[in-house]
Amino acid sequence: MNSCGNTRKAFGEELLNLVQEGEDIIAVCADTRDSMRLDLLAEKFSNRVINVGIAEQNMMMVAAGIASTGKIAFAATYAMLNSMRALEQVRTFVAYPKLNVKIVSGLSGLTGSIEGVTHQCIEDLAIMRSIPNMVVLASADYASTKVIVREAAEYTGPVYIRIGRDDTPDIFDGSYSFEIGKANKLQDGKDLCMISTGLILDHAIKAVKILQNRGFSIRLLEMPSIKPIDKEAIIKAAQDIGKLVTVEEHTILGGLGGAVAEVLTDNIPTRLTRLGINDVFTESGEYIDLLNKYGLSVENIVRQSEKLILE
Amino acid sequence: MNEERARLIKKLEEKAKEIRYKTVCLAYKAGKAHTGPSLSTTDILVALYYYKMNINPKNPKWVERDKFILSKGHGCVSLYVILAELGYYPAEDNLKLRKVDGIVQGHPDMTKTPGIEFTTGSLGNGIGAAVGMAIAAKIDKLKSKVYVLLGDGEIQEGIVWEAVASAKHYKLDNLIAIVDNNNFQSCGALPDICDFYPFREKWQSFGWNVIEIDGHDFNEILPALDLAERSKNPCVIIAKTIKGKGVSFMENNNAWHQKTYTKEEYEQACLELSLLRR
Ligand SMILES: Cc1ncc(C[n+]2csc(CCOP(=O)(O)OP(=O)(O)O)c2C)c(N)n1
Repeated sequence: MNSCGNTRKAFGEELLNLVQEGEDIIAVCADTRDSMRLDLLAEKFSNRVINVGIAEQNMMMVAAGIASTGKIAFAATYAMLNSMRALEQVRTFVAYPKLNVKIVSGLSGLTGSIEGVTHQCIEDLAIMRSIPNMVVLASADYASTKVIVREAAEYTGPVYIRIGRDDTPDIFDGSYSFEIGKANKLQDGKDLCMISTGLILDHAIKAVKILQNRGFSIRLLEMPSIKPIDKEAIIKAAQDIGKLVTVEEHTILGGLGGAVAEVLTDNIPTRLTRLGINDVFTESGEYIDLLNKYGLSVENIVRQSEKLILE
Repeated sequence: MNEERARLIKKLEEKAKEIRYKTVCLAYKAGKAHTGPSLSTTDILVALYYYKMNINPKNPKWVERDKFILSKGHGCVSLYVILAELGYYPAEDNLKLRKVDGIVQGHPDMTKTPGIEFTTGSLGNGIGAAVGMAIAAKIDKLKSKVYVLLGDGEIQEGIVWEAVASAKHYKLDNLIAIVDNNNFQSCGALPDICDFYPFREKWQSFGWNVIEIDGHDFNEILPALDLAERSKNPCVIIAKTIKGKGVSFMENNNAWHQKTYTKEEYEQACLELSLLRR
């Protein structure tokens, strides 16, 4: 498939669908109505979108307050603002009381690209994963974003969802299946299990194709639910294959790779290569240039996987 | 004296036209950049860098220098043009704006770009850093001033007002804030998003001196900067500006907050700005 879709648009469209179906949802944003595509909801239901101005901490508290009255609140801004600027608000006033707030984060990973370090976010999975009661999700494309937003709305309690910025390649279609806490096995194999999450799944899929052409047999898991994580699928991969590689657009510390490593050490110590950004700050650049420079090119995923297989 | 002043103002006006022209060229080359926010602050930046501030581009770390923080970091294109013009770094470096391996980042970065005093881009934070610099200058008994430029949308951030309160408490007469009051933020006009007016009363109630000016008129900008320097309290200049100033189709058109140019738009903008220069 060569078509592309936009995860922010998917979020805006699905939120509108949910409200049209009668869900009691209020979306809160911080001068990010248009950039997080809440304009789609605001056009039809202007009173369902609250724009508090450039004030992310207030945004999160307003969302918490709304959720405390029994409504579903969606708080939507950039990943670094949701996960860092408004972190105490998320931890103490959303997660602790287990309020029904869905935190939707655009510009996650390196998708803030040209804007630079201030607008990128390669730490959010680790941060959010450390908070009790949080469900942490990442979608890989347009179609899966829609399904995940819907499932998050259906679930009662705090959810963090990581999405992107620009258009990205379509991977899934409307039949995408998603369950909180479950991995999606995209294909089976016996030499290596590759696990990926979010938009970088596209590179993982391309890397798997190359590895297959070189004669290797790869199991590929999509892990849209980073917390809770599918322990069974990880343990099964360790038992069946014994070699795992994780691929994430995130620091290698504490995100998907960290979560998988925890499951392995607790249950079945197994060889694991964690691919991601190697505990460094990045820089401004085109998205693809950054992925290449910071270790997430298809070629590097292939190289590191091959190395592990041949070990 | 008056004639001298008139000549100076003429010179600054010419400089501002040149900087605007180069800002549009640079934004076009970068692809997607914040042209509108960079054009509303051009005249203020020119007044600071070519008139007011005591700086030495050959020695960017000179201890007694005045310091400037662009708290609305996204409006950095015109700042980069000025820093290169003044010789903080070669103009060629600007051609890698927003590109990988460049020294000029999407938002001001103190670790990479000579002349950038503090990293910004996440709104609201620059003024707190300015308070810290002003306190340090006082402790070291330096005469240097700290200037910080904020967006009018940016001041909706609560942390701005925490810093404003600190500045008053520590009697920072060496701190001068400037608000780029172009009346727009990302999603539209200020009063439609989060009506934060009136500004004057807010700053005054925090113990600041307030000067209101036309942020595109050097006849008002220069005296305001001179007056602010003599203020016994922290002082804010509220500068009425036009987002996208200088290019007819960008003025007060918030689509240009951040936008890629078509070739035609670029040529039209260049034409308008070069006509201005003649
Ligand atoms: C903390 C934070 N929130 C949101 C953003 C995204 N953002 C970038 S520019 C902008 C609008 C700024 O408006 P204003 O301060 O009025 O500056 P203008 O561009 O209008 O001159 C927003 C919301 C950001 N960079 N930082």
